[in-house]
Amino acid sequence: MQQKVEFHDRAGKALHNPQIRSNFRYAMDGLMLKRLRSFPDLDELNRLRLRSAEIRANALARLPELLEQLEARCRENGIQVHWAETAEQANEIVLGIMNRHGAKLLIKGKSMVSEEMELNHYLEQHGIECLESDLGEYILQLAGEPPSHIVAPAIHKSRQQVAQLFKEKFPDIPYSDDVDTLTRNARDILRRKFYEAPVGLSGVNFAVAETGTICLVENEGNGRMCTTIPPVHIAVTGIEKVVEKLSDVPPLLSILPRSATGQHITTYFNMISSPRKPDEKDGPDEVHLLLLDNGRSHIYKDAELIATLRCIRCGACMNHCPVYARIGGHAYGTTIPGPIGSILEPQKAGLDQLGELATASTLCGACGEVCPVRIPIPELLNRLRFERVRQDHTGATRGQGGQRDPWEARIWKAWSWVHANPMLYRLSMRMATGLRWLLPNRLGPWTSVRTAPRPAAKSLHTLAREKGFDHE
Amino acid sequence: MSEARTNILRRLSAGKPHFAAPAAATRVPLARWDVPGRIDQFRNKMESVRAEVHVTVRDRWPDLLKSLVTEKQLSNLLYAPNGPLGETLSQAWRKEDPSPLICRNEAVDEWKEELFFNIGGAITAARWGIAETGSLVLWPTTEEPRSFSLVPPVHIAVLEAKDIYDTFADLVEQQNWHLCMPTNALLISGPSKTADIEQTLAYGVHGPIELIIIVIT
Ligand code: SF4
Repeated sequence: MQQKVEFHDRAGKALHNPQIRSNFRYAMDGLMLKRLRSFPDLDELNRLRLRSAEIRANALARLPELLEQLEARCRENGIQVHWAETAEQANEIVLGIMNRHGAKLLIKGKSMVSEEMELNHYLEQHGIECLESDLGEYILQLAGEPPSHIVAPAIHKSRQQVAQLFKEKFPDIPYSDDVDTLTRNARDILRRKFYEAPVGLSGVNFAVAETGTICLVENEGNGRMCTTIPPVHIAVTGIEKVVEKLSDVPPLLSILPRSATGQHITTYFNMISSPRKPDEKDGPDEVHLLLLDNGRSHIYKDAELIATLRCIRCGACMNHCPVYARIGGHAYGTTIPGPIGSILEPQKAGLDQLGELATASTLCGACGEVCPVRIPIPELLNRLRFERVRQDHTGATRGQGGQRDPWEARIWKAWSWVHANPMLYRLSMRMATGLRWLLPNRLGPWTSVRTAPRPAAKSLHTLAREKGFDHE
Repeated sequence: MSEARTNILRRLSAGKPHFAAPAAATRVPLARWDVPGRIDQFRNKMESVRAEVHVTVRDRWPDLLKSLVTEKQLSNLLYAPNGPLGETLSQAWRKEDPSPLICRNEAVDEWKEELFFNIGGAITAARWGIAETGSLVLWPTTEEPRSFSLVPPVHIAVLEAKDIYDTFADLVEQQNWHLCMPTNALLISGPSKTADIEQTLAYGVHGPIELIIIVIT
């Protein structure tokens, strides 16, 4: 599972890697521009964001009922529903289905939840091959790397790097760094796999409680392949992805692709409500829906932090994040990187483990401004910064207070004491200005790229008093 | 795993936070077009993602299709003789021998190899269209199963102009989708594509490489 973040090391390494920095800068600039162009009418954008936030918030407000309704509708439609509290349980369920069919190959559409479960690793340990079929995920599987972006997983790789990788893995195919040729090669390699695979797996973008429908957004057609061709389809989702009504889907579908990549719509929007019916000639005979909790019901308890669960995974917050654009997705060391990852992952793994991620932000506010479901990410980052050092053990967040530094705490205590005491305050100001030459030139990491700050000879109060201002 | 179910639902119900649910739903104005405008919008959006759109009148579409099949050098064209287009298609090619038209009545599992590797193109009807986003809406049927619009490298779809709705929201509401969801409902907006390498668009990944739409006015 999640490792304690050695965040600084990884961020430092990424910052010193010019290839990573230019790949991300180039991609993020492109994505920001495309998003901007796809919302020419600001009034429409604002209304759509309000509407989408309402839909997600309403669904969360009624989450337990809606999950039960979703389960009931799916069962009526013939979809088998499974519940898992942890990633381990979810993996076991998938393995159970594979074993029941004697299946040795799982073909996968893009699914961040399966990344969260580390499903590939688990199934491979049990002698089952997992094959990613989304082009970006496939490239990463060849490279043995995790995704660095939730929408464009191989965004950190250049065309030449991909071409080199194909050359190593498929020496028979002539080398080319032409994107069309690379894409066509991947098509040919994977075609036979879709044809052979006994089980296909996909994620879920929205699960509609009203009708028991699984909705999938994609461009490549691999999602449709995985959910149409193999005799068994398994859809994995977090429990938060449910929406109440079918009429909630069009607004979300309108805002998701535009926020993500600036497309007016994705090539495919695939709505699955049942397995193959007796008279039908294709489609899977079995459809399974796996609902994964894995810490989400814990986040659910906090009236403010619950907004984290509204996320529709568009990736806009990372595309607009000045920190993400510089350090890239891998530096975060979590399944979901970027601003949303920095609020979601510490809550799931515990602040004692990943609380540092909440500090990986300049609080510039860009993420909150672009989020299609209006998650106030900067406020939530601040809240988690508080949670990681608070000591009263009254909040619900995991690992609360786990990153309290006694020295830091003492310094702030002293600070507030000085500021609450006029005599002391004046004395300390006099000391700060009088002894300013004592301040060292080196102040740790701060001065590695900056000159040390120096207090002025006279404080603002003194200057104001000399000019004749006196507020007392 | 009913224990997991009980535990998850118990945790959610016990922890249910109190937050103000939004009072009234925010209204998002929906785009509107007149009939010719609707077709134009549909065409523009489709063409922006490299789909081919041909607008024609009812009597002409079979000839148009025949010239397309020749132009694209399709080795064969998969169709559904009992589907909504079946009659017209059989008529159109009745004199030609050999005809490019082929049909298979068995379940797809029986001729999967052929479907994957020996079909040049497939033709299906589209149930509806959406102008705003330039989308075809398919509810695959027994006659025209869902892999017809997915596996062959070329997909030709025939759409009646009168079935084009302004927006997806209109379609879902006016056709009462919530009462009658089929096994699989699909929105198709262009040939399959990816931007996974350097954000560069490339068409024809796993689905059709070409999407051709004939709109009948
Ligand atoms: S937090 Fe908002 S902007 Fe970020 S991925 Fe989720 S929905 Fe998109």
